[in-house]
Amino acid sequence: MVVRPEIEREFETQDLLLNVGPQHPSTHGVFRMVMEIDGELVKDVVPYIGYLHRGAEKLCETMDYRQGIGFMDRTEYLAAFNAELSYVMAVEELAGLEVPDRAQWLRMILCEMNRIASHLMFMGAFGIDVGVFGTPFIYAWREREAIFDLFEEVSGDRMMYAYFRPGGLAWEVPVNFTERVREVLKAVNQGIKDFDGLLTENEVFIARTRGVGAISAADAIDFGMSGPSLRASGVPLDIRRTEPYLKYAEVDFDVVVGQNGDVYDRYLCRLQELRESVRIVEQCLEKLPDGPIMPEKMPRMLRTPPGEVYIRTEAPRGEYGIYLVSEGGNRPYRLKVRSACLSNLQALKHMSVGQYVADAIIVLGSIDIVLSEVDR
Amino acid sequence: MKGLAKSLMTTLSVFARKPVTRDYPNYHKPIPERDRAFPLLLWDFEIDEPFCTGCHACERACPVECMTVLMKDNPNHRSQGGDSSRRKIIDKFWIDYARCMRCNICVEVCNFDAIAMNNTWQGHELSVHDRSDLVMDLPQLLAQSKTGNLKEWVAD
Repeated sequence: MVVRPEIEREFETQDLLLNVGPQHPSTHGVFRMVMEIDGELVKDVVPYIGYLHRGAEKLCETMDYRQGIGFMDRTEYLAAFNAELSYVMAVEELAGLEVPDRAQWLRMILCEMNRIASHLMFMGAFGIDVGVFGTPFIYAWREREAIFDLFEEVSGDRMMYAYFRPGGLAWEVPVNFTERVREVLKAVNQGIKDFDGLLTENEVFIARTRGVGAISAADAIDFGMSGPSLRASGVPLDIRRTEPYLKYAEVDFDVVVGQNGDVYDRYLCRLQELRESVRIVEQCLEKLPDGPIMPEKMPRMLRTPPGEVYIRTEAPRGEYGIYLVSEGGNRPYRLKVRSACLSNLQALKHMSVGQYVADAIIVLGSIDIVLSEVDR
Repeated sequence: MKGLAKSLMTTLSVFARKPVTRDYPNYHKPIPERDRAFPLLLWDFEIDEPFCTGCHACERACPVECMTVLMKDNPNHRSQGGDSSRRKIIDKFWIDYARCMRCNICVEVCNFDAIAMNNTWQGHELSVHDRSDLVMDLPQLLAQSKTGNLKEWVAD
């Protein structure tokens, strides 16, 4: 805050405590933060989480491995396939199941499509946060709808798919799957073009976002950030590249990194990732083999030997890890979800102190939180 | 200024496209056969009784415990002079649709193909004023299958 010397204060001033949320449209769910503001400048941010805590981890410990899948969907509802993937991969690792090739490629397609849907959701919501009312949101919805229609045809549900199973997939995809995916990709390409035209070079948008909420690479790593929010700071950490799972080693894609780590870079990273995801899906469609989608011999009730495993995958918001401890039997002894959102959210204070109140909102929007993943 | 102009051109170009919105209450999008609304019970037209024998398999497998199943001796069984091969049959069945999370597990565990996910619009448009109205009993669960229009989809 600039204090002009000629009007030196003669009175006591007091910082204002401003409560935002939990029921506030720009907190992307039920997130509450108390900001200490001095005029228009944020001096302190105290976040409160836990409004969406449903104890999903604990619930999963009371039920067998297949029953837990539905709850994993609900921990991250914007990218449920990615959340399911981590969970079933952890169970497979423990049980020593070999996943057929076709199932792996299909999983990859679905996860990348879900990443597109999730990033589109970010584009729309972020557009509203920065003040472009409505237009980007509707653009995002248009393509997201096409993707969800596809998911509905494949899995039967639009958001809570419960489609991955330990060992493979619940059932075979429809016969016209590849054509439908190509159709949707065409729509998505158009959507990406629209976002690119609408926001990327827009001077108002750039003035609003460039240089806002910057975080250095070192700080971002210290806070444990991951995903596009970390890559925007220039750290090329992508679990798909560093520890390839599924068939990511066999496809060609770039790890998108930003330079400044500000809000604009986080937006650009995600926009570019949309294109990379489209590239990955196209390659998957080329390579999709025929074959079974489940291993030959699957027990009726899956049991795992005692042991523990930590599996991480690259979800749209960053590293989605599952720590699974088994004492034998058909249910986890302990399940811990390592959510990327929670770690990314830790940097909120660091990024928004010293910014304007309005910028604190777009900083929150730019790390793309899903509160159900934060609270679980 | 160039960026702003490009931005406006983008919005302008959308005017030339066809609308993608669906006039929902008046227009119902055809839903795919795999669509999962809520589970319902199927009717065996050959013998004129439900497929369900009340074996509790779905009730035990349900992650959210939304089902309550009671079985009874089948009065229509061959030993009683009827023409059914089911020794036991469903007596009472409640599914709390408000609790159901539509995970499809009940369909997968059913040994008699007696339960299926509703894949019609009727399964989606279920708004009620009172939550207790979402607890469906046996006649309600069978009603849609009894009409014979239900083409259920069960994965093999």
